[in-house]
Amino acid sequence: MNQDHLSIAQATLLEPSGLSDTHLQQLMHKLTNVDGSDFADLYFQYSKHESWSLDEGQVKTGSFNIDQGVGLRSIVGEKTAFAYSEDLNASAILAAADVVSAIGRQGQNVTSQDLWRPQIIKPLYSELDPVAALDDASKVAILEQADRAARDHDPRVKEVMASLSGVYEVVLIVTSDGRQIPDVRPLVRLNVSVIVEQNGKRERGSMGGGGRHSFDYFDTAIIEHYSHEAVRQALVSLEAIDSPAGTMEVVLGSGWPGILLHEAVGHGLEGDFNRKGTSAFSGRIGEKVASELCTVVDDGTIANRRGSLSVDDEGNQTKDTVLIENGILKGYMQDEHNARLMGMDITGNGRRESFAHLPMPRMTNTYMHAGQHDPEEIIKSVKNGLYAVNFGGGQVDITSGKFVFSSSEAYLIEDGKITAPVKGATLIGNGPEAMQTISMVGNDMSLDSGVGVCGKDGQSVPVGVGQPTLKMDALTVGGVQL
Amino acid sequence: MSQAGLDLRNAAEFAIDYARKQGADQSELSLHQGTGISITARQQELETVEKHNDAQLVISVYKDKKTGSASSADMSELGIKSTVDAAMSIARYTGADDCFGLADADRMAGKALELDLHHEWQANEAQMLEIAMRCEQAAIEHSEQITNSEGASVNTYSGSAVYANSHGFLSEGLGSQHSVSCSVIGSNESGMQRDYWYDSNRNAEKLDSAEKIGLVAAKRTLARLGARQIPSCEATVMYDSGVAKSLISHFVGAIKGGAIYKKASFMLDKIGSDVLPEFVTIAENPHKLGASGSAWHDGEGVETPEYRAIVDAGRLQSYVLGSYTARKLGLESTANAGGVRNLTVSNTGQSTEKLLQEMGSGLLVTELIGSGINMVTGDYSRGAAGFWVENGEIQYPVEEITVAGNLLDMYQNIVAIGDDYDMRGSTECGSIVIENMTIAGS
Repeated sequence: MNQDHLSIAQATLLEPSGLSDTHLQQLMHKLTNVDGSDFADLYFQYSKHESWSLDEGQVKTGSFNIDQGVGLRSIVGEKTAFAYSEDLNASAILAAADVVSAIGRQGQNVTSQDLWRPQIIKPLYSELDPVAALDDASKVAILEQADRAARDHDPRVKEVMASLSGVYEVVLIVTSDGRQIPDVRPLVRLNVSVIVEQNGKRERGSMGGGGRHSFDYFDTAIIEHYSHEAVRQALVSLEAIDSPAGTMEVVLGSGWPGILLHEAVGHGLEGDFNRKGTSAFSGRIGEKVASELCTVVDDGTIANRRGSLSVDDEGNQTKDTVLIENGILKGYMQDEHNARLMGMDITGNGRRESFAHLPMPRMTNTYMHAGQHDPEEIIKSVKNGLYAVNFGGGQVDITSGKFVFSSSEAYLIEDGKITAPVKGATLIGNGPEAMQTISMVGNDMSLDSGVGVCGKDGQSVPVGVGQPTLKMDALTVGGVQL
Repeated sequence: MSQAGLDLRNAAEFAIDYARKQGADQSELSLHQGTGISITARQQELETVEKHNDAQLVISVYKDKKTGSASSADMSELGIKSTVDAAMSIARYTGADDCFGLADADRMAGKALELDLHHEWQANEAQMLEIAMRCEQAAIEHSEQITNSEGASVNTYSGSAVYANSHGFLSEGLGSQHSVSCSVIGSNESGMQRDYWYDSNRNAEKLDSAEKIGLVAAKRTLARLGARQIPSCEATVMYDSGVAKSLISHFVGAIKGGAIYKKASFMLDKIGSDVLPEFVTIAENPHKLGASGSAWHDGEGVETPEYRAIVDAGRLQSYVLGSYTARKLGLESTANAGGVRNLTVSNTGQSTEKLLQEMGSGLLVTELIGSGINMVTGDYSRGAAGFWVENGEIQYPVEEITVAGNLLDMYQNIVAIGDDYDMRGSTECGSIVIENMTIAGS
C-alpha cells in the first residue's frame, strides 16, 4: 500500500514536469555542496482544497484551490537556508537550490545519494481524494441537512451558518540521508454555528468535527449531532449569568477542554524552545512538573484523527511520545534539526504548513491518559467552583509559562452540584504550577471531535487534543462577577 | 506553473475574457506576485535565511445570480483556464442570491492615485543580516539580565498586484512592506520573562534604527521581571497604544456588514447611536501617502473616499460594507470590500505620563493573550500582563490576570485617549483609559 503512495506521489509531483532521479540527485548535490552541511531535504507537495459555506438557508459560496510546489532546505549546524518554488520544472527548482546553497561557503561534496530508498510506512488513513470522491450536489446536501437539523430542533434558531471543507494532499519528501517518503493525506471538516434569539436577546453556539476521512464520515447521525449540539450550546448561553472572577476550583470536562494540555504544557515541550532554553520547561526533564495523576502524551499514530500523520513533514514516522508520566517530565517533541542539536531522539513531530514554510516541532494529538475517578464524584467534591465543558481558543507565553483558554460553555458548581450556566470567561494560569494543582482525574478520557488548528510562528497546522474530566484546585477565572 | 508566459495584466485580461466565453455573466479577479527575504540572527549568528516567491490568482464568477470562486498559483493559460473552470463548476451548485455580483459599475474608481506604496529595499542578504545582528546586540548588551534571545529578524517584501473585473475595470500597482523585530529573554531570581518590539514600514528608510528596536525589546523584557498576580478587583484599566488598537479592531469587526446581516453582532441597529463618548471620532483615511492600508479603490474596484468618519463625535455613522453586504442591508457600499483602510482615532490630548497621572491608580495593560470575545453579545474576557499603577506611577509588573467587561459598556466607559500614537500598522491610536473593568487574579 505504501508502494501505491509512492506511485501516486511520483505521478502527481514528479512526472508531470518530467523530474527524474537524476534531477533529484542534481538538486541534492547543490543543497549539500556546502561546507559542513548536516542535512538537506526537498518537500514536494500538491494540495487541493475545496470549501462550501451556507447561511440564510442556502449554500451561497464555494471555493476551490490548488497549490503545489517544492520547499528546499539545507542545514549547517544551527543555520538553516530555505527557498521554495511553485514551479515544478527542473530549471526553476535548480535556481531555488542555488539560492539555498549560497548560505555557506562551497565545500567538497558531502555524501550524496544515487538512489533513494522508498520508506515503507503503514498509512493511518485512506489515500482517497475526498474532494473528488463526492459530487458537488451531495456536498451541498450535507450543508442543507445541517441547516434543517438546526432549524427543526428549536424555533428560537434565527440563523445557521455551516461550512464544509475538504483537503487532499500528496507529499513526497526526499532527504540527503537517502530516503524518499511519500504520504497521501485526506482531511475533512464540517462546522455548524447558530444564532438563537429569545425575548430580543441573541446568543451563538457552534459545533463541528472531522478528520482524515472522506466526506461520507458526515452521515445523518453526525450532522444532526453537530447541529443539535450547536443549538443546545446557544440556548444554554441565553440563560447564562455573569461568570465569577477570581481564583477557584475548576473542573474541566473531557475531550475538547484538553486544549488545556495543548497550551499549558504542549507548546512548552516543543524541542526548539527547549534547545534554545526559552521555555518555562527548559532543562527540567526528570523533574516533577505536574501532579502524579497526570500522564500526558503526544500521539500522532491514531488512525484517521485530524492531528495524525503516517509520517511527519520530514518523512519520519510519527510516535506515541510520553511527555509527562505520573507528573514527571519525560521528554520533548522533536524534529530533525532540534533532535540533532540536542542529541535526542526524533519523535516525528516535524511539521510545516506547506512547502512554502520551514518545518518545526509541532504537536499532533496531545492528550492525558484516563485516571480513576468517576466524573460525578469529581463534581461532588467541589464546594464552590466552575465546571467548564466547552472552549474557544487558547494561547501561551512559552517563556513565563502563562497560558489562557477561553470557555464558551461553563456552569457554577455549588455544594457539589452543577447549577447555573455562566457566560464565557477566559481561564489563566501558569503551566507548570497549574498542572501541579490537578487533584482528581476522571476515567472518561475522550478525544475532541476534530476541529483543532494550532498556530505557531504564523504557520497553522491541524491538531487534536483530549483529556478525561479533571479537577484543578486553583485556577484564575476571568469573569466579571467579583 | 510557469509565470514567465504572461504578465499580470495580460493574465487578468485573458481570465476575464475566458470566463465570459465560458458563460459567466460577470467575473472579477485579483492577482499578486511578489518576492521577499526573511533573515533571522540569534546569539549573534545567522539562524535562518528564507526566500519567498509567491504568486496567486483568485477569481470569482457570477452566473444566474450564483457565484463560485477558485484560486491557484498557476498563471499559465492552461492554469488560468482550469481555475476559471473550477469556479464555474462551483457556481452550478451554489444557491442564487439577487445580492451577488460585481459592485455597481458607476462606483468604479476613476483615476489611479499615486499613494507612495512601493519602496524596494536595496539591501542584500549580508546587509540585512548585519541589521539583525546589530538589533539583537543592542538588546543583549543593554543589561546582564538579558540572558537569552529568540533572535532578531529582518523581513522585506515587494510585489505587484492586479484587480480586474468584467465591467472593464483594471488596476495594477506595486507595494512593499519591510520590518525589523527583536525578541529577548530576561531572567533574575524571580524567573524568566520575554518581550519583543518591532517596526514596519513600506519604506525601509523610515524604519526605526535596529539599535532602538533592540533597546526597546530589552527594556520591555526587563520591566516584566518579577511580575506577580494581583487580587481580583474592579479598577480603571489603561490599554497602552500597542494593545489599544485591539479595541478598535473589535469595534470594526462588530460593524462589518457580514456580521450585521447575519445578526451576529453586538453593534446591531446602532447606526445613529452614541456608541462611544462624544470626544471619540474614528476616521478612515484610505489615501494617506505611504501608509500600510492605503488604496484608491477597494477589493471590488469601488472608489475609496479620501476621508470618512465611521464614528463622529461618538455617534456611529455607518457600517463597514462591500457591495454584497450593502445590498443585503439595502444600503450603499462604503468601499470597504477587503476591510477598512488606515483608521485614525481621535485623542484627548494627554501624553502617556499624563494619562497615568490622571488615572491615579489602576492597571496599565501592555500585553493581551487569548481571544475570549463573544461578538454576538460583546462579552469580553482576555488574559493580560502589564503594570500596577498608584499615584500615577508604575509600581510593579503584573501577570496571570484577566481583564473583563462587555464591549458595549467598555466603549462607553472610555474616559481618555492619549496622543501617544502607535504609528505602526494601519490603525493609529493612542493609549485608551477605561473605567470600571473587572480584573480577575488571586
